[in-house]
Amino acid sequence: MVQATEAPTDAKLSLSALTDYSFPQKQWKWYDYFTFNIDHKVIGIQYLVTTFIFYLVGGMMAVAMRTELATPDSDFLNPTLYNAFITNHGTIMIFLWIVPAAIGGFGNYLVPLMIGARDMAFPKLNALAFWITVPAALLIFTSFLFGGAQAGWTSYPPLSLVTSNVAQSMWIVALILAGTSSILGSVNFIVTIINMRVPSMKWDQLPLFCWAMMATSLLALFATPVLAAAMILLLFDINFGTSFFRPDGGGNVVVYQHLFWFYSHPAVYLMILPIFGIMSEVIPVHARKPIFGYKAIAYSSLAICVVGLFVWVHHMFTSGTPPWMRIFFTVSTLIVAVPTGVKIFSWVATLWGGKIRYTSAMLFAISLLSMFVFGGISGVTLGTAPFDIHVHDTYYVVGHFHYVLFGGSVSGLYAGIYHWFPKITGRMMNEPLGRVHFLLNFIGGNLTFMPMHWLGGHGMPRRVAMYDPQFTHGNQLATIGAYILAVSVLPLIVNILWSLVKGEKASGNPWNAMTLEWTTSSPPPIENWAVLPVITRGPYAYGHVEEIPPAERPDLSDAIAMPK
Amino acid sequence: MKQIPAPIWTLVIGVVVTLVSIWAGYNHHILPTEQASSTAPLVDNFFNVMVMIGTALFLMVEGAIVFSMIKFRQPKGDETDGLPIEGNLPLEAFWTAIPAVICIALGVYSVFVFQEMGGFAPGDHAHGHGTLMAQAPAAIVTDVGSPMITEGDIGGQKIPVYGFGASPEEEGNAPDLAVNVTGLQFAWVFTYPDSGITDGELHVPVGKDVQVNLTAQDVIHSFWIPQFRLKQDAMPGQTAELRFVPTKPGTYSIVCAELCGAYHGAMRTQVIVHTEEDFSHWLESRTATSPQSSQTVAINPAERSDADYLAAYSQGLDLDAQLVSQLAHSPH
Ligand code: HEM
Ligand SMILES: [Cu+2]
Ligand SMILES: [Cu+2]
Repeated sequence: MVQATEAPTDAKLSLSALTDYSFPQKQWKWYDYFTFNIDHKVIGIQYLVTTFIFYLVGGMMAVAMRTELATPDSDFLNPTLYNAFITNHGTIMIFLWIVPAAIGGFGNYLVPLMIGARDMAFPKLNALAFWITVPAALLIFTSFLFGGAQAGWTSYPPLSLVTSNVAQSMWIVALILAGTSSILGSVNFIVTIINMRVPSMKWDQLPLFCWAMMATSLLALFATPVLAAAMILLLFDINFGTSFFRPDGGGNVVVYQHLFWFYSHPAVYLMILPIFGIMSEVIPVHARKPIFGYKAIAYSSLAICVVGLFVWVHHMFTSGTPPWMRIFFTVSTLIVAVPTGVKIFSWVATLWGGKIRYTSAMLFAISLLSMFVFGGISGVTLGTAPFDIHVHDTYYVVGHFHYVLFGGSVSGLYAGIYHWFPKITGRMMNEPLGRVHFLLNFIGGNLTFMPMHWLGGHGMPRRVAMYDPQFTHGNQLATIGAYILAVSVLPLIVNILWSLVKGEKASGNPWNAMTLEWTTSSPPPIENWAVLPVITRGPYAYGHVEEIPPAERPDLSDAIAMPK
Repeated sequence: MKQIPAPIWTLVIGVVVTLVSIWAGYNHHILPTEQASSTAPLVDNFFNVMVMIGTALFLMVEGAIVFSMIKFRQPKGDETDGLPIEGNLPLEAFWTAIPAVICIALGVYSVFVFQEMGGFAPGDHAHGHGTLMAQAPAAIVTDVGSPMITEGDIGGQKIPVYGFGASPEEEGNAPDLAVNVTGLQFAWVFTYPDSGITDGELHVPVGKDVQVNLTAQDVIHSFWIPQFRLKQDAMPGQTAELRFVPTKPGTYSIVCAELCGAYHGAMRTQVIVHTEEDFSHWLESRTATSPQSSQTVAINPAERSDADYLAAYSQGLDLDAQLVSQLAHSPH
């Protein structure tokens, strides 16, 4: 249908891209990736690589914690170090891995490419947002010289006021920096998606990943300032003698929890909505079917984002909350399950009737689906006050949130890595190694986190370095699972490094996908396209075999000329 | 062989899923078999129902995934696309409506359970009924001399009480027994305002309406008895309570569920549910041996290290002496 010099093989899938590969294909040099570069693709890669390294650090802490928990006594880590590890493991996984990898990494790399833009709306702001996360990470790491923050990633006062003051302050500043970065990023995504789409792209042709990024950004914009406020008040209480949260000075410890969770509950959606976006891209491509219920998926992101702002007290059912709050937030929490369910069902329906290719990306997408369903159901049980009273702050909760964060978010990130690696690097990944990674990850994940539900229900609280002997077996299963998970990242790392050098060269569109990022070369040139693509059909038009007659082909004058 | 018609398959799957879900609801083994309070069966029945619904949903979704994975995998060499189905409004309406109905029903059900548990009545007795209880928060505070609470805080003003109060049948009645509980790094201290007893363990009579008044001295702790299925944070500067009827004599763990510092995992003791007779024996023995023990608590811990402070209790508390001596002086 549309002329392209090095067109993707299948004519019907070549989309309406106008790909002029004869244009000089300038690429960045390796050292450009270490500079304050303003290209969204460089920034995306910077995010992905650095956050992956942080992930490994957080993972090593997890392995150390699980080693401690292999026996009931506190015999491997000293108890203060153990608490420093739970705190920073949680913090790193959330603020330095999932959120920045999904939003900063995939968001930056993909959004402009998916909407046919040459860059983000505010490229310098974008680079700034990335570079702010670097001191945040350094603060977290160096805080270990001062004992590390030990009050959990929630850092409730008064504990956070009376333990490890220097490290706690460093932790607070790190969170404020991460929050700032996230606000800058959000503004950028919203403006970019609204203003920078190629003129021919209608709202209902916007890829679902971009819808998800839109919802995520709105949520981050509303909620993050509240976290910043909580953190600043906490910092003042620790260092400048104020008593916002100090009961002996008339402060109120519960107010902090409201401020914290007003941000941090939406933060769990920050960790999953972009991943949902990745799912909506990966599944149709590898199932060769249009996404089922495009509108439902797009709007349910927005619904989750609105309702998600009103459920935070479900983290405080055993705290200083009056009865009406416990009930109100039980109901609102149950309601948020509905739009989430809609997404799950839509993806399953997308698989139904497809011609599923078991690529590594698809395997991880399915792994997400199956584990997220479990985590979602246990989440509903936790959302009801009467039951949560029993399992709150126990291993049941730890099991639940690892199903959604590890089984969900991390699987989604893996799926994204396997899916877009060819685009980002110009090389294919090794599929057999990918399958090994998938298997180890799936087995290890379930073995680690499944027994935790039993442990918690039977009386093992979370954040403990020692436990009653009757919990030994359950914990040992979890520890074995954690070792399998530790091993599981090896095939991934080997695969990435090997494929970078030796991987088969990737064409512009190795998966025969239909979104715009696949209409340019792999990796894309600095300007993304020589001539911007023109949209003639939706992003998931699989199975529509009709050929567009020449007379109806897109008018080339629509295309925007290269800025000189 | 003749094809089995689709309605039959649907019926068979429906029956199997239902049976498995009901079975799972009673055999999930996620909660302890021991139900030792009046609250426990309420929570457990509620959870069992959720497990049934959850299992059914889980089986159907996972079933659809596995079925698709097998049935709809790419035939060898087939490079064509699947069916161009973009959506199906009735189907989508169906799977939005069904979860919505389930969730609303669960919401209503949880309100009932919450009410049965006494969730709507914390602090209920304070309005002129149990005179003893009305003073309870103040009593705790002066007993332990909490450095985290200023006197004025509590003073004469009405303070909200959080937690679980009287069950609907008991609403308005004073409890049979009140115990004041203070959490501190890393122990629980129990005082019985009626008899002046101070102990490191909770002793209660079976079948009586018991109320524990919770507060904390230093940081937030959380008072959890897994066999009772009850938990409530003990917070410095706030008052909370749990009211329950112990239903089964025995000894059960009391666990701190809120991260409270290095030895949080070791912060545990036990509740001993006595028969009524045993309980009065215990009361007698304790009042005879330590008539004024509550005075020993009335020290100012700010001037002493945790170790000094705890040493006085270390036999009574479920803490070993070595651990107590390890406790560094933490800045209060
Ligand atoms: C790779 C396998 C992982 C293992 C073996 C693991 C293990 C653990 C353990 C043992 C804890 C302490 C639980 C407690 O006592 O409260 C924990 C806490 C936590 N983990 Fe993981 N984890 C893993 C991956 C992740 C991932 C990918 C995330 C993603 C976001 C994550 C987020 C958290 C959070 C938020 C906490 C709570 C920290 C806190 O209590 O302050 N974990 N994890
Ligand atoms: Cu939440
Ligand atoms: Cu504790």
